[in-house]
Amino acid sequence: MCLPFRNRENLRRIRIRGSARRLALASSLLLVLSACEREKRQFETWPPSAAASTAVREVELQPGPPTRSVDVRGPYANNAFGVSEGKRLYNQMNCSGCHFQGGGGIGPALMDAEWIYGSAPENIFETIVEGRPNGMPAFGGKLGTDQVWQLVAYVRSMSGLLPKDIAPGRNDDMQVRSQEQATEKALPQQSTLPPSGERP
Amino acid sequence: MSTTLSPAEAPVEPGRRPASVSEVVMQLEETWRAEPGLRGWLRSVDHKSIATRYIVTAFVFFLLGGIEAAMMRAQLARPENTVLGPDAYNQFFTMHGTTMMFLFAVPIMEAVGLYLVPLMIGARNVVFPKLNAYGYWVYLFGGVFLYVMFFLNTGPDTGWFSYVPLAGPEYSPGKRVDVWAQTITFTEIAALVASVELIVTILKTRAPGMSLNRMPLFVWAMLVQSFMVLFAMPWVATASQFLAMDRLLGTHFFNPAEGGDPLLWQHLFWFFGHPEVYIIFVPALGFVSSIVATFTRRPVFGYPAMVLSMVGTGFLGFGLWVHHMFATGLPQLGESFFTGASLMIAIPSGIQIFCWIATIWAGRPRFTVPFLWVLGFVVLFIIGGFTGVMIASVPFDQQVHDTYFIVAHFHYVLIGGAVFPLFGAFYFWFPKVTGRMLSERLGRWNFWLFFVGMNLTFFPMHQLGFEGMPRRVYTYLAETGWGDLNLLASVGAATIATSVLLFLINVAVSLRSGSLAGDDPWVGDTLEWATSSPPRPYNFPLIPVVEGRSPLWGHPGELPAVAGLRTDVREVLVTSMLDAEPDSRHRHPPPTIWPFLTAVATAVTFITLIFTPWGLVIGAPLLFLALLGWAWPHGRDHAEQRRIEAEAPVEVTA
Amino acid sequence: MTLLQQAAGFPGAHSVLDPTGPQAALIKERLWDPMYGTAAVTFALVLAALFWAAFRRRRSSEVPDDPARERGMRVTVGLATGLTIVVLFVFLVIDAKVGRAITATPGHDALQIRVTGHQWWWEVQYRDSLPQRWVTTANEIHVPVGRPAVVELRSTDVIHSFWPPNLTAKRDLIPGKENSLWLQADRAGVYRGQCAEYCGHQHAKMAFLVVAQPVDSFADWLTRQRDTASTPTDSLTRRGQEVFLGSACPMCHAIAGTPAGSRVGPDLTHLASRRTIAAGTLPNTRGNLGGWIVNPQSIKPGAKMPPNNLDPDDLQALLAYLETLR
Repeated sequence: MCLPFRNRENLRRIRIRGSARRLALASSLLLVLSACEREKRQFETWPPSAAASTAVREVELQPGPPTRSVDVRGPYANNAFGVSEGKRLYNQMNCSGCHFQGGGGIGPALMDAEWIYGSAPENIFETIVEGRPNGMPAFGGKLGTDQVWQLVAYVRSMSGLLPKDIAPGRNDDMQVRSQEQATEKALPQQSTLPPSGERP
Repeated sequence: MSTTLSPAEAPVEPGRRPASVSEVVMQLEETWRAEPGLRGWLRSVDHKSIATRYIVTAFVFFLLGGIEAAMMRAQLARPENTVLGPDAYNQFFTMHGTTMMFLFAVPIMEAVGLYLVPLMIGARNVVFPKLNAYGYWVYLFGGVFLYVMFFLNTGPDTGWFSYVPLAGPEYSPGKRVDVWAQTITFTEIAALVASVELIVTILKTRAPGMSLNRMPLFVWAMLVQSFMVLFAMPWVATASQFLAMDRLLGTHFFNPAEGGDPLLWQHLFWFFGHPEVYIIFVPALGFVSSIVATFTRRPVFGYPAMVLSMVGTGFLGFGLWVHHMFATGLPQLGESFFTGASLMIAIPSGIQIFCWIATIWAGRPRFTVPFLWVLGFVVLFIIGGFTGVMIASVPFDQQVHDTYFIVAHFHYVLIGGAVFPLFGAFYFWFPKVTGRMLSERLGRWNFWLFFVGMNLTFFPMHQLGFEGMPRRVYTYLAETGWGDLNLLASVGAATIATSVLLFLINVAVSLRSGSLAGDDPWVGDTLEWATSSPPRPYNFPLIPVVEGRSPLWGHPGELPAVAGLRTDVREVLVTSMLDAEPDSRHRHPPPTIWPFLTAVATAVTFITLIFTPWGLVIGAPLLFLALLGWAWPHGRDHAEQRRIEAEAPVEVTA
Repeated sequence: MTLLQQAAGFPGAHSVLDPTGPQAALIKERLWDPMYGTAAVTFALVLAALFWAAFRRRRSSEVPDDPARERGMRVTVGLATGLTIVVLFVFLVIDAKVGRAITATPGHDALQIRVTGHQWWWEVQYRDSLPQRWVTTANEIHVPVGRPAVVELRSTDVIHSFWPPNLTAKRDLIPGKENSLWLQADRAGVYRGQCAEYCGHQHAKMAFLVVAQPVDSFADWLTRQRDTASTPTDSLTRRGQEVFLGSACPMCHAIAGTPAGSRVGPDLTHLASRRTIAAGTLPNTRGNLGGWIVNPQSIKPGAKMPPNNLDPDDLQALLAYLETLR
């Protein structure tokens, strides 16, 4: 499925006359691409796995001629299945042990607008892989890249940073928080480091 | 002979009543003329035109469901095959079940009813023609929506039964199950509309003289089926809305941790799901009865027994839903009750089979293609019926539940019990609908390939179930030893596919160059054979009067007819419920675009609701406007209606 | 199934028609056999009637609806219906009796086993009054021959269904609901069971084994399973344990006697004593295990176990260590 549309280059070659048709085609293409992306169940990645490292580029600046920019949204930002896998990992990797269900406790809250180390996907990726001072362990050796990206996508959904048709619904559990897909977007604000974070 | 059925003879305006039949026909042609072009097509409210679309659409879905089945058989032909991965396979089997149950079986049965019932009871159209058109459009949009989403990789993947918690928000992320739940809503609305349509049409517009005890068995079957739809469908519509609310709004209907219950889903679903089987099967009883009567040249033996057993099936069908849940660990006494009910439903089926065999024995059978399908039906349906009785037993069912034994059982019941009669009905009524005969030679090939393919595919599945093969598995290990029987089943599936292809060729050839049928090619006994093939938009030039159960067989000459209905405006006759005595005259609406627009508004509402709660805000005003247009009073029509009501009586003339 | 496969115990016997437990035997002998016989005879009779009705020679003087003949038909149809009702009623009585026999609770000496369904594997627990004597394993249920075992069925995620066809009928595992059944194996052997309720991507590969063994060898097995894992003795297995504890493994798996204690995936304390891996999907060999660890998604796409990127030496050490977990 979705095969005919996978190759965007081919589509570009299709000659279209008339703006209405172009608009219709563009919007249906958008629908197709977004739907396919949202529903993909990517089980096998190739190579099967690489231990997560922070080989994620955070800036586009570089010396020399420009090359293709790196997509740092992460592979699961628009993939409902990946986000739900992230939600599963969030509990199974015991993230909830410190961050609880997003409200925070031992660790900082994840469902609010404040981000100590940045809200961008690459920041969160780095936080998970490398750990942060004052208790956030480094999961780099324990989780594969794909699992970390799934967690990244889920963590962003907790404060409404993902589209609502991607974010998960409620769990079959005691309700401890409102479902992620009904969470209003909390516009990220960079907060300063907590005083404890600056101590040597 | 002229009998006035109304107390007083009212004054007749000069020139209003045409002098001769040919003049009547000319005026009717003018009054009931179908509008040409796309505009006319969208505005049509003629039951034949809508039912034909319904049948063609449902058959297209049958073909799509069949392709899905073929893909599944290709995957299962060999152990550890890689034609479809687990994700694709799960979508395919879900689409197959959903398509066959919701988009093919129920709609096509209702569609055949919507086509034939008005013809069989001597009516000009169904009673609510605008609603009828609306039902079709809603059904079409629902089906197209499901398939568009399927091609966008958003096909549901939790089975046509969508058990929670698997189909709930936690285990089915994304929009796949929402698409399923909303498709159900579409098709439920369409099914309810058609059932209301059929019930009122049957009860209020039968030709004078067709009292309930003279109604053709086919019409009885459609009446019983429609009542079943009316009582069964709301359950699944409710359940699917609960599911959608759990998934989209975060309610807890099926969440055990918050006081919900996953078994609630199963009860709601099967309280619809079991009657659903009979909703599909009961119309088939009607097809078979019509075909048996015509081709044995005598009425079906035991009319009261047949009617009562159909009604009995209708009631009992609601008492067996728990036999789909025998493995869930319900209290044993309760389960025994449902065993009893499940066994009881074999009794009416037995009576029907015995009555048909008696009819065949006493009559003079003609072995035409429709009759062949009926014989095939009896053979296959008995096999499915026997396995059905077996799985009424709780311990036995707990062994074979959710195995290929069950797959075999219900395909015998549904293909044998409904698809075979349906193909029989296609061959039988095709001449009436198109005016041309289908080829008997191709028809025999069609039948025998289907019959052989059906047994090749599904008979080995009984054994596979015994050997431990569960349902809904996308693959199996070579070491299980299930490979050979699965390969056999896949070969059978290819045979069925060939057979259906032959049917399509037969239809195509016949539409182009089939021999002309004439009004009554089979010498049938019911009223649809008394009009032209294909019937004109007004069905009958004169509304016939019925004097027996087989109105055409007792009357070699002209039928007695009703006089006094206006032919210069669209007017239909309303009769009383039990005895079908002329009651009143009813003004029939002209073609209109509003049912189509209302269906569009409905579709917009339902589809956007999946993605955003704003769907309601967008959809509600659209729906309001559409309904406003639909119900906008036309002053002229109202005055006309009042005049009609005050006016001349209806006469019955010979 | 060839003799060779049966000897190897993979995939295990699985047939309704070859019962080795009292319930499966009752269902086959008291329900299926008579039902099959009755159905076959009735089917032959009805078909004979149908074909006779359709193809019998007809006199030219016959009238299709002769009233005298209608009376005879009424009697015949009535008799056939009556006979149907009698057969169904007898069947109802037999069914109720078999149903009672099957659900009757076994004596107090029954073994208690708790089976929990997960997507897509079975957690098996033998409980005891002393929690430290509990045994947790996966996808393999050992029972002593001739002694009934009560199986408590639970699920932590979606609905599954527990079904070892040779031994007993199936029962669903439903979240939020406790179900149970009992089974008994009358002959020693390895019996295959499989999840029978559609439960998601890998429903097809969610099997388990019931290993019925003589009473004393079962007792031995249970005693060995109560032990914690053996401590590695040579440098290779020591390195293997380090790899295990240092990689992602302990995030989900437990090995008693080591710091690894997570309950997300199957308990690996006695992994090497089990006949299969990946819920009855593959025989438990070194090669299969290695392939599974490196890329489970190629064997069970959708399984909850992520792929593991280990360098070859580490993998070999890990496999050597896992093989010591007997």
